[in-house]
Formats: sequence, structure tokens, C-alpha cells
Amino acid sequence: MNLRRIFLILVPYLWLLALFLVPFGIVLKIALSDIALAIPPYAPTLDITAGWEGIKRFFAGLDFENFVFLTQDDLYWRAYLSSVVIATVSTIATLIVGYPIAYGMACAPRHWQPMLVMLIILPFWTSFLIRVYSWIGILSQEGYLNQLLLWSGLINEPLMIINTNWAVYIGIVYTYLPFMVLPIYATLEKLDGSLLEAAEDLGCSRSSAFWLVTVPLSRPGIIAGSFLVFIPALGEFVIPSLLGGSKTLMIGKVLWEEFFSNRDWPVASTVAIILLLILIIPIILFQRNEQKQREADQ
Amino acid sequence: MTGRFSWFNITALTLGFAFLYLPMLILIVYSFNESRLVTVWAGFSTKWYVSLMGNDAFLDAAWVTLKVAVMSSTLATVLGTMAAYVMVRSGRFLGRTLFSGMIYAPLVMPEVITGLSLLLFFIAIGLDRGVVTIVLAHTTFAMCYVSVVVSARLVSFDRQLEEAALDLGCTPFDAFKSVTLPIIAPAVIAGWLLAFTLSLDDLVIASFTSGPSSTTLPIKIFSAVRLGVSPEINALSTIMIAIVTLGVIVASLISKRAIVRQQEDEQKALQK
Repeated sequence: MNLRRIFLILVPYLWLLALFLVPFGIVLKIALSDIALAIPPYAPTLDITAGWEGIKRFFAGLDFENFVFLTQDDLYWRAYLSSVVIATVSTIATLIVGYPIAYGMACAPRHWQPMLVMLIILPFWTSFLIRVYSWIGILSQEGYLNQLLLWSGLINEPLMIINTNWAVYIGIVYTYLPFMVLPIYATLEKLDGSLLEAAEDLGCSRSSAFWLVTVPLSRPGIIAGSFLVFIPALGEFVIPSLLGGSKTLMIGKVLWEEFFSNRDWPVASTVAIILLLILIIPIILFQRNEQKQREADQ
Repeated sequence: MTGRFSWFNITALTLGFAFLYLPMLILIVYSFNESRLVTVWAGFSTKWYVSLMGNDAFLDAAWVTLKVAVMSSTLATVLGTMAAYVMVRSGRFLGRTLFSGMIYAPLVMPEVITGLSLLLFFIAIGLDRGVVTIVLAHTTFAMCYVSVVVSARLVSFDRQLEEAALDLGCTPFDAFKSVTLPIIAPAVIAGWLLAFTLSLDDLVIASFTSGPSSTTLPIKIFSAVRLGVSPEINALSTIMIAIVTLGVIVASLISKRAIVRQQEDEQKALQK
């Protein structure tokens, strides 16, 4: 009995230790190393055969030089800042697009609701890459959107949308919309309609009842949805590299290029570590919100 | 909240779903376009499907992707179910906080970081990059999703059923096999499907962990798409969307039938 339990715990535990924690430790270690013209392209490497001396030499070779380098080169902090700005703007845009949809779903007749939820989830099952790709044809200079706008006479020359931050915002709103709609729908769906009736009976107009009752009561859903969009959007790589232009700076793209194009592993690792440090704040806030929600439900 | 359904709601839903589905519909329609210029309609044709079927590079990549997805989702389901069991049932043990941290962390970890760390790890231990490394990488992040899905089901599970089986002389393994597993099966299957689609879909982690001989379909699509829109990619996307839609419809029919059967069984049991 006890052996079984140990086996059950050990297998997934060791798997995660070996393939999650240890790799992460390696990133940290390489972030503290220096780039070198060698295989692997960084120094120092741990030489266990040299015994204690080797270990001492190894630790003596580690330093925070890359972190200092990152603060000095303004490419990096501009990329971090621009990632945060892009993620924030897209999260707000997703909220503005997603809230009316979630609200409409919650107000819809009960027997429609499972179908509507499935329609929101369905795109999530189709390839992320394809969903991003589908916007290239729409937003490009001779794309469908420009054709439509030119034909309708709203514009005289094609809009430049693709390869700008606008395309990145649209891409993020489009791909992460379900993450925003579902948590908001979950809170709205539980909302007691008689509260709104009470507000209206007490003289609230419909719109002020919405702002004074519905929105505050759906706050946990809004917060959860916003984090679920913001956190992955911050480290996004596919959307800025397919829809964004050369001027779109996002840290996921910088990391990728640092690794694959510049082959600078120590700097790529340092970029990763700092990205994680930035992400810790929203992740902790998100966890707190979830915890509060769970306590409120009980 | 129901009963407040107004014209405003109908408009919001129509626009919302149009926004979600129009891009994919356009993609599907234009995959049947005669012209190589994807944005100009020049008549109906299935020639891009024919040329796709003759494209060995895509077929090879599709095969690699499918192999990786089947292997990693199966492994991830086993490991993820075990992890869920540990989380829900095992009570306290040394390093439990670390364990649950490692289960949840990959869910919020940016893919570029997961990919980078695994690649550096594989290089450090001298493992050649190929199908094996992609499977290991996909299993690791997918098992976390599986364990979240399965543990949600395990939490609501009535433990007395399992205890009854043990009292009636089942070995722990038998009890798991004939009582627990059938009850958590829907979550396990859902977890497998989730792991499978995550693996099929993944570009970033696969790009880091694949070798030259093990290009997956998303990597292939990504490098083709970087050069712009192509009708072949439209055809390929259409096929993938069709498979997913079919899969979701079949899955929902099966689960509906399972619910109906369960209700029938319950009624029969009541009549006796």
C-alpha cells in the first residue's frame, strides 16, 4: 500500500523535477554565464572531473554581467515596456469586445446557453496558428478589409494595418477572446436578476442599474478574464511575428531572435528570467483573485 | 439574468460570433479559389488540395506531428492522471507545495521560456533533438493541463464508492480500474483530447526542441506563412478546421448519448 503511494507520487514528481525545474535551473545558470565562442556557446561550464577546484572555478565565473548589459542597452527595456503596453491595450480591447458578448450569452434563453458556450469554445480547439494566419489575408494591403472599405467608398487608399501594432492588437483580441468571455459569462450567469429589478424599482434607469449593479457584481469575472488575456499576451511570439512589423517590439520575439539569429544563449536566458520576474506580479494577483472567489463561493 | 434578452444582446452576439467565425469562413472559401492570388476570386477549384496531397514536405511534417501528438498526449494523460490523484488524494507529503507549484507553473509560463529551458536542458544532457525531445517537451506541459482537468473531476468524486469496492474484497488496483476509472473517464478523455490538440497546435516549444529531421506541421506552416498568404496553406487550414469540427461534433454526440444511456439505466434501476 505504502509502496504504491510512493510510486504514484514519485513518477510525476520526478518527471516534473527533471523536465521543468532542472531546465529552469539551467536557464538561470546560463543567464549568469558569459557568451563564448565554443560548443556550447557560453562559459563557464561545470567541470566535475576537476573536483572541488572545478566547482569553485565554475561559481567564480558566474556574474550578473548580462543583467547589467540588459539595463544598458535600451532595446531590451523598450521591448519590455512595449510588451507591457501592447498586452495592456489588447486586454482592455478584449474586455470591451468580450463583455457585451458574455452579457448577451447570460441574457439569452436558458436552452440556448450550452450551444452559445460551445460556439465560444470551438475556435479554441482549432489551431492558434491558423487563426492568426487567417487575419493576414484580411488585413493585408490588398486584403479583404481594404477591398471592402475601398468598394464602399469609406476610404480612398488602402489602410496600412498589417505589419503595425494595430494588427497585433486585433490578433490578440481575436485569439484570446474566449478567455475573456467565459469567466465573465460565468459570473453574469449566476447573477440574480431580481437585484436588477430591485434597482429599477428603486428608481434606477436601466443603464445606471447596469453600471451600479451588474458591472460591480461581475468584477471577479472581469479580473480573471483580464489576467487570462494579459499573462499569455505579454510573452506572445506568434502574433507579433506574423501580424506585427519590424517596428513591433515584443519581448517574446526578442528572445527568439536573440537565441536563433544571434545565437547569444546567455542574453536569451537573461531576457527569459527578467520576463518571468515581470510576470510574477500579475500571476500572484490572479491567484489572489481566484482564492477570494473560491472563498466567496463557499 | 435570462428574460432580459433584448435587441442589444442579439446584436452583440451576432457581431461577436461574426468576428469569431468570419475570418475562418473566408479562409475556407478562398481555399477553393482558382487563382494563386489569394485575395482575388477567380472561380471554384480544388487544385490546391490536389497540389497539397502531392507535397511530400507537408505530408511528412503531418506524419511527424501526428506521431508526436499521439505519443505525448497518451503519456501526458497517464502522468497527469497520476499527478491529479496525488494532488487530490495523497494528503501531505514532503515537497507537496513544490509539486503543486510545478503543476501550475507551466500553465502560465510563456512558451518561449518553456521551449528555451527544455532546449538548453536537452543540450546539457547531450540528447539529440528529434521526435523524442518534442514528445518529452509536449508531455511535460500537457500533463499539467490534464491534471487540472482530472483533479476537478476527482474532487467531486464520492470516495465511499471506492471504499465500498475495497470492503467487498477488491484490490486497490481493481477498485481503481473498475470503480474510479469509469467515473473519472470523461475527464481523462477530455484531458487526452486537450493534450492532443495542444501538441498538434504547438509551434514555439516544438521549434525549440525539434531537430532538422523532425519538422512538425506548425513549424512548416509558420515558415510558409512568413512569406505571405498561400492557397495551399488555406487548403491545409481548411482540412484541419474540418477535422476539428468533426471531432468536436462526434465528441459531443458521444457524451450526449452517454448521458441519455445513464438516465435510462437509472430509470431501469428505479423500476426494479
